[in-house]
Amino acid sequence: MSETIGEARKSRLSLSAIADKIAANKAVSGWLMAAPLALVLLLFLVIPIIMIAVVSFWRATEFSIIPDFVFENYEFLLTSPVTLTVFINTFKYAIVTWICTLLIGFTVAYYLAFHIREMRWQVVMFLLCSIPFLTSNIIRMISWIPFLGRNGIANSTLISWGVIDEPLEWLLFSDFSVILAFVHLYVLFMVVPIFNTMMRIDKSLVEAARDAGATGPQILWNVIIPLTKPGLMIGTIFVVTLVMGDFFTVRIMSGSQSANVGRLISNDIGLLQYPSASATAIVLLITVLLIIGILLRFVDIRKEL
Amino acid sequence: MTRYTKRNGLSRRTMLKSGVAAAAGTLAAPMVWAQSNIVLRQAGTGVSAFNEIAEKAFEDLGITLEMTALDSDAVTQRVATQPDSFDIADIEYWICKKVWPTGNLQAMDTSRVLNYDKIAGTFRTGKLTLASEIAQGTAPHTVGFVEGVDGTDFVDNESGWMTLIPTIYNADTLGIRPDLIGRPISNWSELLNPEFAGKASILDISSIGIMDMAMVCESMGEITYADKGNMTREEIDKTMAIFTEAKKNGQFRAFWKSFDESVNLMASGEVVIQSMWSPAITAVRAQGVPCVYQPLEEGYRSWGGGMGLAASLEGAKLDAAYEYINWYLSGWVGGFLMRQGYYSAVPETSKLFMSDDEWGYWYEGKESQGEIVSPSGQVLEGPGAVRDGGSFLERMGAVACWNSVMDENQYMVRKWNEFIAA
Repeated sequence: MSETIGEARKSRLSLSAIADKIAANKAVSGWLMAAPLALVLLLFLVIPIIMIAVVSFWRATEFSIIPDFVFENYEFLLTSPVTLTVFINTFKYAIVTWICTLLIGFTVAYYLAFHIREMRWQVVMFLLCSIPFLTSNIIRMISWIPFLGRNGIANSTLISWGVIDEPLEWLLFSDFSVILAFVHLYVLFMVVPIFNTMMRIDKSLVEAARDAGATGPQILWNVIIPLTKPGLMIGTIFVVTLVMGDFFTVRIMSGSQSANVGRLISNDIGLLQYPSASATAIVLLITVLLIIGILLRFVDIRKEL
Repeated sequence: MTRYTKRNGLSRRTMLKSGVAAAAGTLAAPMVWAQSNIVLRQAGTGVSAFNEIAEKAFEDLGITLEMTALDSDAVTQRVATQPDSFDIADIEYWICKKVWPTGNLQAMDTSRVLNYDKIAGTFRTGKLTLASEIAQGTAPHTVGFVEGVDGTDFVDNESGWMTLIPTIYNADTLGIRPDLIGRPISNWSELLNPEFAGKASILDISSIGIMDMAMVCESMGEITYADKGNMTREEIDKTMAIFTEAKKNGQFRAFWKSFDESVNLMASGEVVIQSMWSPAITAVRAQGVPCVYQPLEEGYRSWGGGMGLAASLEGAKLDAAYEYINWYLSGWVGGFLMRQGYYSAVPETSKLFMSDDEWGYWYEGKESQGEIVSPSGQVLEGPGAVRDGGSFLERMGAVACWNSVMDENQYMVRKWNEFIAA
């Protein structure tokens, strides 16, 4: 009995000794601290992406996928004229949405950060901005349809005001409606990071600039915008990746008439063409990574956070 | 299976008896599956997944049905890739052609299907009446039978092993808004008539959409197909070219993928002519908006759904599945479905569960005497109404083609993607 207690004590001692040694070794403890996150990322991010990459070289029949190593999927993707159109379309949506959300997001954040003096009102106004975003994405998007339709509220109002005689067809099921929905859905992702960085700007810098004789636009251009860059960049990354990966908004708001890369992938999945979907996903992933890489060259987010 | 039946003290004979009782629908002696907690998971297209059916099945049989409604693509995927996720697959015949080779479904012994002899000829011999012609495409009887319980090749005779037990089917055509068009429409080609530029729509489900396209192209006189249900690459290219041009010229307002979308497009007036499904027409009319399921000279594009059994079903569950199928064909479900404008596989048993006026209106194409009411209690038509297209024989007898899967399906799908992206 006493023997076992002694043994247990010994092993506990040796355990704590090991623990001490590990703690002493900074490299090991660093690795250990990083391990849980690394493991999670490995399991749920890296391995799935590797799987997708592997499957993209497989072959598919109508109802089964066959392990293989062929370039057929990439060959079809890169030689099909549709791919180019679809990628151009995807970029078009991303760029226009980016410009709109940037302008709106910056203006809103600027107003909140610099024009509203009291902290309390800033918080209230900020919460007000986020209220529409408490409803479902899909509901927010679909509610545009009856509003913009041929006999919708927008058209009937314009007709009753005498602004137009015929209903405007391009309001719904067009690129316009797709981008409108995108801007509506994602503008908050721009407002939040910009507002966040603006709040950190030392107000005395603005005062100093004013004392030095800078005009309003000069302060905006030379002081505020450079200091807001990390927020702008984070917002940009959010919006661009969200728009480029979306398929549902495009399908609903264009009435299935336009396609972006996401729809190409979802169509393939629907028809059990997983390898071809994977290949498209890999190409999209590389494209988005390239864009983010380029964006990060302009601003070192880590340094400025 | 024998072990199971012994343990439960049920022989096949008592099974059949209780099935007969259920089929007759009068004797209250259904098997009480509730005691053994039988649950059947039914995955299928939304068209036939009605809670009312599940409730009634539980009431009559004690079988709990868990229904999952998915779109056609998702069902295909489910049946092909997740064979353990369902007990009964409620799919369309063209899906059957696609998924049967996976071996995830087992054939049914027709000797255990009580009303087998009364199932409409379309599903057994391909001929509705002796005189009718077999339509193009994946006609149900061509994928309806295999040589044995685990047979993989379809056979062209009534082999006694059925792949799917037909549940519902219908003849589809174009839906129109007569009030906004204001003139008679009698050909499929009207879908691409520039008169309706920006006000037309077709459905974005490739295997069905391509058939509507083919009906239109043939009606325009642009293409003559050897078999619309099995086009050559050239025929696919030509068809797509015609529709891509129309799309670029702004012929289409939108494409729809779900039932609700088609209803909204039509009811809101965004679209005045489009491919449509029968209950969608009913739904538009129920909103007080005039909508006609226009019979066309070239005939109908037809579809049929059926239930298939998962390959993994065995023992008591398999017995319960057979009993469910027998109950399904025994009339109550048929009446329920017929009152929404579908046809049931065994029309004559449905008659017992419909009033004479309902039977006359939905099946015989006669003028309604009183109000025609949907199963949910909505008044669909007043007295004096006649069903678009007429009687069962007139409509199902004028089928020009069936929804299909082609040999060149993969090519067609890629072309379809190009069409959507164009």
